[in-house]
Amino acid sequence: MEKFSEGPGNREETSRLSSNGLTLNIGPQHPATHGVLRLVVDLDGETIVKCTPYVGYLHRGVEKLSEHRNYMQILPFTDRLDYVSAMSNNIGYCTAVEKMFGIELPERTEYIRTIIGEMSRIVNHLLWLATHALDIGAMTVFLYCFREREKLLDLFERLCGARLTMSYTRIGGLKNDVDEQWLKDLYEFTDEFPMRIEQYETLIDKNRIWLKRTKGIGVISAEEAINWGLSGPTLRGSGVPYDIRTDMSYGVYDKVKWQVCTGKNGDVYDRYRVRMEEFRQSNSIIRQCIDQIPEGPIMADAPKFTLPAKDKVLSDMEHLIHHFVLVTKGPQTAPEGELYVATEVPKGELGFFFVSDGTGKPYRMRIRSPSFVHVAALPRLCEGELIADLISNIGSIDIVLGECDR
Amino acid sequence: MTLADFIISIIVISVFLIHVMYVQYFERKTIGHMQARLGPMRVGWHGILQPIADSLKLFFKEDIIPSQSDKPIFFIAPIIGVIAGVSSLAVIPLWETFSIADLNIGILYILALSSVGAYSVIIGGWASNSKYSFLGGLRASAQVISYEISMGLSLVGVMMMAGSANLADIVKAQSEQWFIIPQFLAFGIFFISALAETNRVPFDLPEAEAELVSGFATEYSGMRWALFFMAEYAGVFIMSALAAVCFLGGWSGPDIWFFSYVPDVVWLILKVYAFVFLYFWIRSTLPRYRYDQLMNIGWKILIPLSLANIILTGLLKIV
Repeated sequence: MEKFSEGPGNREETSRLSSNGLTLNIGPQHPATHGVLRLVVDLDGETIVKCTPYVGYLHRGVEKLSEHRNYMQILPFTDRLDYVSAMSNNIGYCTAVEKMFGIELPERTEYIRTIIGEMSRIVNHLLWLATHALDIGAMTVFLYCFREREKLLDLFERLCGARLTMSYTRIGGLKNDVDEQWLKDLYEFTDEFPMRIEQYETLIDKNRIWLKRTKGIGVISAEEAINWGLSGPTLRGSGVPYDIRTDMSYGVYDKVKWQVCTGKNGDVYDRYRVRMEEFRQSNSIIRQCIDQIPEGPIMADAPKFTLPAKDKVLSDMEHLIHHFVLVTKGPQTAPEGELYVATEVPKGELGFFFVSDGTGKPYRMRIRSPSFVHVAALPRLCEGELIADLISNIGSIDIVLGECDR
Repeated sequence: MTLADFIISIIVISVFLIHVMYVQYFERKTIGHMQARLGPMRVGWHGILQPIADSLKLFFKEDIIPSQSDKPIFFIAPIIGVIAGVSSLAVIPLWETFSIADLNIGILYILALSSVGAYSVIIGGWASNSKYSFLGGLRASAQVISYEISMGLSLVGVMMMAGSANLADIVKAQSEQWFIIPQFLAFGIFFISALAETNRVPFDLPEAEAELVSGFATEYSGMRWALFFMAEYAGVFIMSALAAVCFLGGWSGPDIWFFSYVPDVVWLILKVYAFVFLYFWIRSTLPRYRYDQLMNIGWKILIPLSLANIILTGLLKIV
């Protein structure tokens, strides 16, 4: 008490009067945090002094649950990681498990997987563009993007019956084959889509307000981006041409012509540009795949790991027993050891790490999710910038909290 | 004030409020069609009764008052906004011989009331005792102060041309030529400032949805929230009417014989709705400015330009 008794001129008194800033709790329910991200932001005026992300509001224990499921049963969990691009997660998971079991996929399956993987990339980037634009205030882009997204989701629905949580791939293949009409309709979509991309670009890319809001915001250098573990378009925006589609072999990316898109400055605008270019690349990959797709089986010839055909199960005792064991206990001949396989999902590097003890279930499954890493880099991106830039930064790193919290 | 004046005011205000109610329908339809969707379609023919359904819903909603709020100010904030918006209507000349109050300082009166209207946003944001509302209120005060200056200065050119601050006189002074031609610079400045003044896109920072949830209106619900939005749309109308009166010749229509049978007020309403449409068009096209960029535009571009415009107009008058 004595400290304050010296009169109004004393230092403690005046420092008590000066502003101590404002601590703002953004989320977990907030229109711009794309899910249940919670950020505690210390503000000085409107400038961010400190930003602390809190995650875990959507934690469902996927990794732990997986330890009690056999390899087939884990697949539907992967839909619910990044629910915006479920197909990519399915492919990522199945690729990892197939690498572990040493399954060689038929060529047609590789083509179909590449097609749906790129469709999924377009669907994801459309949702990203829609919400990113809405966050910055461009409302019309939001609805235009959803119009195209709807068409792709309709195609997904025709393919496998689901629009959001597809679970379309299987270990060693696919649930069902695609038909000619479906491929034709998809081809029609790819005819129309480049024109739509140009529409979005006219709406936002030529807009000075958009450029002012995105250029020079959230800058991260190439070296720092690598050190923070960023991946996908968020890393490529800083000019690092790292794309697992070229670096590791899965799909038929070596048989089609495409290029890795990179930015230069590593700001919000460059990350936006990279994703817009990826629209075009994905579109062209889909077209080339449809042109080249061969006929053939869609399930790999790996009877120890893939389910036998249904008619054989119904007529033959051996197959019935085999089917029963695979479904209830999982593949009994799984190799022992540890394995990490990463695939390029729309948001970045999605990795699956397995510790297998040779039973039908993984001893431990760990998911390396790009969103989690990107959320960790968020304070680095937005500290010292304005609160409005925080929102553009959240948009530009493209996170989904289902994948972040798992 | 006679009884007749009173009744006339009531009629004008009622008609105005119906317009305010239906302009939201107009907005939703306009933006809907621009965004490849239909807008309201369910209540009545093409959703024509939607505003009534919305008002009824809002009227019967539970009135939620945050326990930590400053209650008297919390109550009074939306009312100030509506009163300021509606009473600006008094000086707008609807046709040659009619305005509710024929003030000689009509422009100043409208500018003054729009400043009073800003109080509703500021104290509404303050009284809610929520950080989002507080930031929204702070932004609103800074924004309104900055843009009021350029708006007032842009109208000085018009007053110099007309030699009067009386809105009816300004319209009469445009019988030869609409002021949008000699005062195109002032018109541009006025329109941009009006967007900022009424908190519309791209200057809707006080209620920036992405950052501040709903800005100053975050803690408001039900009828009080509706009052805020009535005030906003009343502001849109008043600013559009002011633009129509000061730059587009107010009630005057084209000088072709068969158009002379059209009542004057129709021309004014058409011009006002043209501006309102422009507001909505901009809303569906542009993203939102950032706070510091908004301040830069206000202080570094618009105010110097409007001062330059005054000098130019003065030179024009001397020559």
